[in-house]
Amino acid sequence: MATKDLLLEIGVEEIPDWMIADGLSHLAGKVGELVAQLGGQVVMSEATPRRLAVKVSGLSEREADREELISGPPKQANPQAVEGFAKKNGITVDQLELVETAKGTYYSYRKQVAGKAAAEILSSGLPGLILGIPWPKTMLWPGKGGARFIRPIRWLLCLLGGDVVPFTINGITSGNETGGHRQLGAHRVAVTIDNYEQKLRENFVILRGEERRAKIVAGLPAGVKADAKLLDTLTNITEFPTPILGSFSADYLSLPEEVLVTVMRFHQKYFSVTDSTGKLAAQFVAVMNTSGDGDGLVKHGNERVLRARFNDARFFYDVDQQKHLPARVEDLKVVTFQAQLGSYHAKTERVVALVRELGGDDSAARAALLAKTDLTCEMVKEFTELQGIVGGLYAKAQGEPEAVATAIYDQYKPVSMEDSIPRTRDGQLLSLADKVDTLRGCFGIGLIPTGSKDPFALRRAAQGIIKILAEGELRIGLKQLAAGVDKLDEFLIERVKYYTNEIRGYAMDEVNAVLAAGADDIQDVLARLEAVKAVRASEDFEPLAASFKRMKNILDQAKFSPSGKVDAGLFEDPSEGALWKAFEAVVASSKGTGYAQTLAAMATLRPAVDLFFEKVLVNAPDMAVRANRLTLLFSLKTEFSGIAEFSEIVPKTQETHAS
Amino acid sequence: MKTYQEMIFRLKQYWAERGCIITEPYDVEVGAGTMCPETFLRVLGPDEYRVAYVQPSRRPADGRYGENPNRLYKHSQLQVILKPTPEDVIEQYLGSLEAIGIDLKKHDIKFEEDNWESPTLGAWGIGWQVMLDGMEITQFTYFQQCGGVDLDLVPAEITYGLERLCAFLQDKESVYDIQWTDAFAYGDVRLKEEQQFSVYNFEMADVPTLWKLFELHEGECQRLIDHYKGLETGKERFPVLPTYDQVLKCSNLFNLLDARGAISVTERVGVIGRVRKLAVGVAGIWVDQQYTKGEVAA
Repeated sequence: MATKDLLLEIGVEEIPDWMIADGLSHLAGKVGELVAQLGGQVVMSEATPRRLAVKVSGLSEREADREELISGPPKQANPQAVEGFAKKNGITVDQLELVETAKGTYYSYRKQVAGKAAAEILSSGLPGLILGIPWPKTMLWPGKGGARFIRPIRWLLCLLGGDVVPFTINGITSGNETGGHRQLGAHRVAVTIDNYEQKLRENFVILRGEERRAKIVAGLPAGVKADAKLLDTLTNITEFPTPILGSFSADYLSLPEEVLVTVMRFHQKYFSVTDSTGKLAAQFVAVMNTSGDGDGLVKHGNERVLRARFNDARFFYDVDQQKHLPARVEDLKVVTFQAQLGSYHAKTERVVALVRELGGDDSAARAALLAKTDLTCEMVKEFTELQGIVGGLYAKAQGEPEAVATAIYDQYKPVSMEDSIPRTRDGQLLSLADKVDTLRGCFGIGLIPTGSKDPFALRRAAQGIIKILAEGELRIGLKQLAAGVDKLDEFLIERVKYYTNEIRGYAMDEVNAVLAAGADDIQDVLARLEAVKAVRASEDFEPLAASFKRMKNILDQAKFSPSGKVDAGLFEDPSEGALWKAFEAVVASSKGTGYAQTLAAMATLRPAVDLFFEKVLVNAPDMAVRANRLTLLFSLKTEFSGIAEFSEIVPKTQETHAS
Repeated sequence: MKTYQEMIFRLKQYWAERGCIITEPYDVEVGAGTMCPETFLRVLGPDEYRVAYVQPSRRPADGRYGENPNRLYKHSQLQVILKPTPEDVIEQYLGSLEAIGIDLKKHDIKFEEDNWESPTLGAWGIGWQVMLDGMEITQFTYFQQCGGVDLDLVPAEITYGLERLCAFLQDKESVYDIQWTDAFAYGDVRLKEEQQFSVYNFEMADVPTLWKLFELHEGECQRLIDHYKGLETGKERFPVLPTYDQVLKCSNLFNLLDARGAISVTERVGVIGRVRKLAVGVAGIWVDQQYTKGEVAA
């Protein structure tokens, strides 16, 4: 049977850029499900801020015919009931047949159902499917009883081959027209499936996101490193992107680079430009949603706006310098940290004390004292994303020691798992203490994250703590940080699991094994993990780990605790003595070496252990012999239990079995 | 485009041609054109409405003693309400820019997500800030809720920032240099007001007096709301609009107290809650009254 193509385009008022990708992929997925019954496949899904478009190929014109069995009254029912059933189905009784089922025999109608036409399936399926796109925040239009969508739908283009698939959403009827670029294109343009993209292009709409992105990148001058996130945004707020280069007075370069870049990147959505030495240049790249700027008006306008923004920033900078950071500590009394946890002044006092307690020197304590004062500065009120950074810059400008300024600058690091930790020990200490204080405080008043609810970003704070401990210079135990606050210890250990498994890539059973042997000192945890990972490659390790599990079970069952040493005189089988000798040799040889050598040596015990279990019944009838054997196993197990709980190791072979 | 006032004339003319009633500014202090009863109350209920007006908007904390070229204690908004929203609302809006001399083919226009929410009014909507060559010139909002009440007909609210729009058209670096007429600059007309109100708002407003006024207006407003709720008959002649004026007074006093630094961060939420309670109360009785007067099919 001949197949057809389908083109669907939903014309919408400007969709927020960050929602487009998810909305489109949901739509394409659902369209894919709908057309699957017709043998169709989604071959294209693209979007601009004003349209979501999906193309399908290989659609049959109608579904296959099928048979449907409709059950009626039971065999013993009275004739009227049987006749009624036949009548209801528009047939006569002789067209019914008796069908036996597990429940009995019933009059049944074997109905031949003709497959629906593709157009019919699409017409009835598409409206609900379109309105079902799960946008993060929807609006109602044109009022009560209307539809909910991300923004009002203004046109619907839906073609099956050469024909319009008719349907209506909220008063908008589908047709064969798309819309051009708001300023440069025609308001409505009739298209066919084949000329759709070309017609859009003629009307200044580049349908494909990748092409818009490439157009932006191609138009960037040398010295512009397009950051991916901004590039995404610009790709998704334009239908016909064109970059232009603008400039600003070099006088503004005296302002901190961080401020200039923030204004350009986050507030104006400009790319910043660096010169050949990597220094910020007095230029920017704006991406227009239009084809050109022949008269230079757009450039002029953007330069004017940026100048005003930079003037504001300079004003804030100058005003802020009139009151130095130390004089602002007192002002923190009126800045609330959290209603029940008091002001930022109170938090500052706690963090200073904590920094001291954790081994901070005068410089770290000074940084902690001044850390939050930038919250009272105009610059941070305007550019909240620069908190901490502004404090660091101001501290330096106002003559605080470099170490203090750097620690303040880095205090929110790492802001994500990809971000680096603070550069200095003071910075690490400050960041850690700040986060620990937040966690202790919030857990103390019951603000504990549950499921996806984590309004105070406590998981991120805890994750930051683990990363700092893992990658920095501090050696502080988790128990000390949790300070007995209910549930905080477990919360931190959960984050250790996440960090070691997800971020560092250690297998989950290795993580479990190592943490079961102690989770307090993160760097020690990492050293043990590395050793376990290394020894895991040896072929003796996993069987040995399995033997450890057996030992654990035996010892657990016997509820054994040793009362003396292993007595060689009680050995009955040579394998016992051999194991004992091998074990003592390993202990002697690995004394004073690292985890890796210890585990490598341990792995060599495998043949002796295997032989032992093969030849010997641990639970010997003679109680003294039995106790001696248990003592031997106990010594063996205990010797390495500080590194990992090997019984937690899931053998790879077993893993493959399970999956 | 010649002058500030000519720009305003043209915008008013443009919207008048599209069926808008052109009214003069509301005569009680407001922080934004949205707060005027022509917007806040008219968007409620099932009646269609179209209105455009210039509204001076007072934001005491934004005052800069007339020294900052872009920030004003009192700026002017052109507020347009289209209820219900016409299907070509964005095309109409873009047409208004052409009407004041902006050649759309030569400029860059973007609609960037910007949802609006006013906790003090119990109101929110969904929309964009409209960017012209990198500058925000308009806030465009589809109202969804006002005074905590879902709207029957979703209106479009188009709010133009008149000073910055004109500074763009006249290519001025400072709003004070805008030509209001050929003979007078914006600064000639308004600079003194900016200076004096900044002095008052930041330095001289008497905090205990402001609090006393706040409580008086709050009390009067609550008294009237309670009175309405107790009415068996005569609801249709009840003065809801004067009750709403009391909300506006409270809102402005709150802004003044805030500028004066008299409201701590912890108190803030509480005071906003008090104003919101009044706004929600008035919205409720306004809707109730509309259905009571019999002009509206319930």
